[in-house]
Amino acid sequence: MTPRPKFAAAARPALADTALRRALADTAADARARRAAAVAELPDWPALRAAGRAVKDRTLLNLDACLERLERAVVDAGGTVHWAENAAQAARTVVRLAAAAGAGEVAAPAASVLEEIGLDGALTAAGIAVHRTGADAEFPAGARVAVTGVDLMVAETGTMVALERAGDVRRCLTVPDALITVAGLEQVVPDRADLEVLLQSVSRSAGERLAPVVSAWTGVVAGDGPAAFHLVLVDNGRTRALADEVGRAALRCVGCDACLHVCPVYERTGPEPYGAPHAGPIGAIRTPQLRGVASAANASLPFASTLCGACADVCPVEIDIPEVLVRLRGKVVDARRGRPVPTPELAMMRAAAWTLTDPHRYEAALRGGTRWARLLARGGRIRRLPGRLGVWTDARDLPVPPARSFRVWWRDRGERP
Amino acid sequence: MTSRDRVLGRIRDALGPARGTPVAVPRDYRRHLGAGRADVLALFLERVAGHGTPVRHVGADELATALAAALWSRDVKRIIVPPGLPSGWLAELDGVEIAPDAPGTAPDAADTVVTGCAAAVAETGTIVLDGGRGQGRRALTLRPGLHLCVVHADQIAGTVPEAVARLLPSRPQTWLTGPAVAPGPSRAPSPHGPSALEVLVVED
Repeated sequence: MTPRPKFAAAARPALADTALRRALADTAADARARRAAAVAELPDWPALRAAGRAVKDRTLLNLDACLERLERAVVDAGGTVHWAENAAQAARTVVRLAAAAGAGEVAAPAASVLEEIGLDGALTAAGIAVHRTGADAEFPAGARVAVTGVDLMVAETGTMVALERAGDVRRCLTVPDALITVAGLEQVVPDRADLEVLLQSVSRSAGERLAPVVSAWTGVVAGDGPAAFHLVLVDNGRTRALADEVGRAALRCVGCDACLHVCPVYERTGPEPYGAPHAGPIGAIRTPQLRGVASAANASLPFASTLCGACADVCPVEIDIPEVLVRLRGKVVDARRGRPVPTPELAMMRAAAWTLTDPHRYEAALRGGTRWARLLARGGRIRRLPGRLGVWTDARDLPVPPARSFRVWWRDRGERP
Repeated sequence: MTSRDRVLGRIRDALGPARGTPVAVPRDYRRHLGAGRADVLALFLERVAGHGTPVRHVGADELATALAAALWSRDVKRIIVPPGLPSGWLAELDGVEIAPDAPGTAPDAADTVVTGCAAAVAETGTIVLDGGRGQGRRALTLRPGLHLCVVHADQIAGTVPEAVARLLPSRPQTWLTGPAVAPGPSRAPSPHGPSALEVLVVED
């Protein structure tokens, strides 16, 4: 398998597709307008954001206790809890549970965590047909087993909550045999009172007063829905993100997608170049933390931003995305510092440090640079720098330096520089 | 060592000394609308109608007649009712077959369903079903036919926090706010969405 390309390379096809760019811009503008209207209606929006942030911080700093409490409540309500260390183990667990329930087919509405664990491939490989229900696929009438994601889990009561537009998860709650719900560790909240905050802030961020369909399910209920309930809790890099005291803010995310639609980068590239279930600003801080920055593709994500800060302004749980991006950029640079062959950027920075720390070297470089720059210029602008430096001029022009530098001009006035 | 132990161990290692730090949640957001009962009711009617859902406000003695009229105007010949639906609601029906919902039976697409609800939210125009008396199992309200929902005026909470406090989390809850919509920017009604909703608010 060829490695996934870096963000900038992966974005080229999308940037060249004018129809896609227009569609993305329309979608984003519509989502921004709807969110702005929904939020403007609430006089207590800042208080809801502060509460949402505190709820998730409280969750994350007590995550072990919170999950143990959730597990007890789910078991008390007649459910079973499974723990998965990584994507493969999570997918294997779901396949095993579906097979044990005798399912030849399962209903599985689209959910980012199901995409993350590669569930479709694992089920298909095991000979179980997947019905990806949604806008263009009817819910399979005879399905006896369903696999869903979830938006929130309440540790106090073991309750799962899904916020939806189309209601496919709602349908899954009526299958007769088994319901298998897959969740990231961070999707839990401590108390039922926390729902009153996040139901509002997630819905409003998505441009609704309340999500059109909200379903809550707790264990097994006699005479209503599946005979068995399984919850699969997935780590898959979340504990790695949790270890960074700044970066762990990314785990506060409640999946509202508000940051995507205000992002000038996402609006032009769409979700594809992010190469992960989470795109946009949140994807740029989640994916490198969950998967590490060893691959060039993941390491390029923290740089896929102008740091304009619009995402932080709209986040309903106050994730300071630019702060985390800068933190991750530092980590990427640090991770590459020890390499035997330095990266071009590091080599240039070292050369710049060598030049700029000595006045004679600096002046010599200035003279040489000015001469070369004036040779390269056309009409007062430099459109393309030679060699590796050309990457910088791909998206920018450079003004021509003046024939006489400031230092020369100053000296000619008869003063010492 | 199980995966459970390993995951919990990783969490404890990741948090280090920060583990267990207490975080106070500032709950100074709005819990109530600060409006009288009549204003809360009026807001609910306005918001439900704003979603394109037909809604009528009737007195207690008018409910059976209003329900019969709603069914008659749509030429409904057969309705399915959940266990525990007050029989008085159906007292004025004439020429309409009343079938009790039986778990395990395949729902007929064309059937109309009459239910009560567990709570409602004025600010968002939401009705909440929780499988309690007169509401039925989840599958009952998932057919594409008409869903006639009766809301008692005193079931209407002003805000989401009020409604959350009134509901039992252990019950199978469904919150419905306007019609379900297809994904994407079109905001078109979902082609496979559940029943069309009609709401009758009854004064107590």
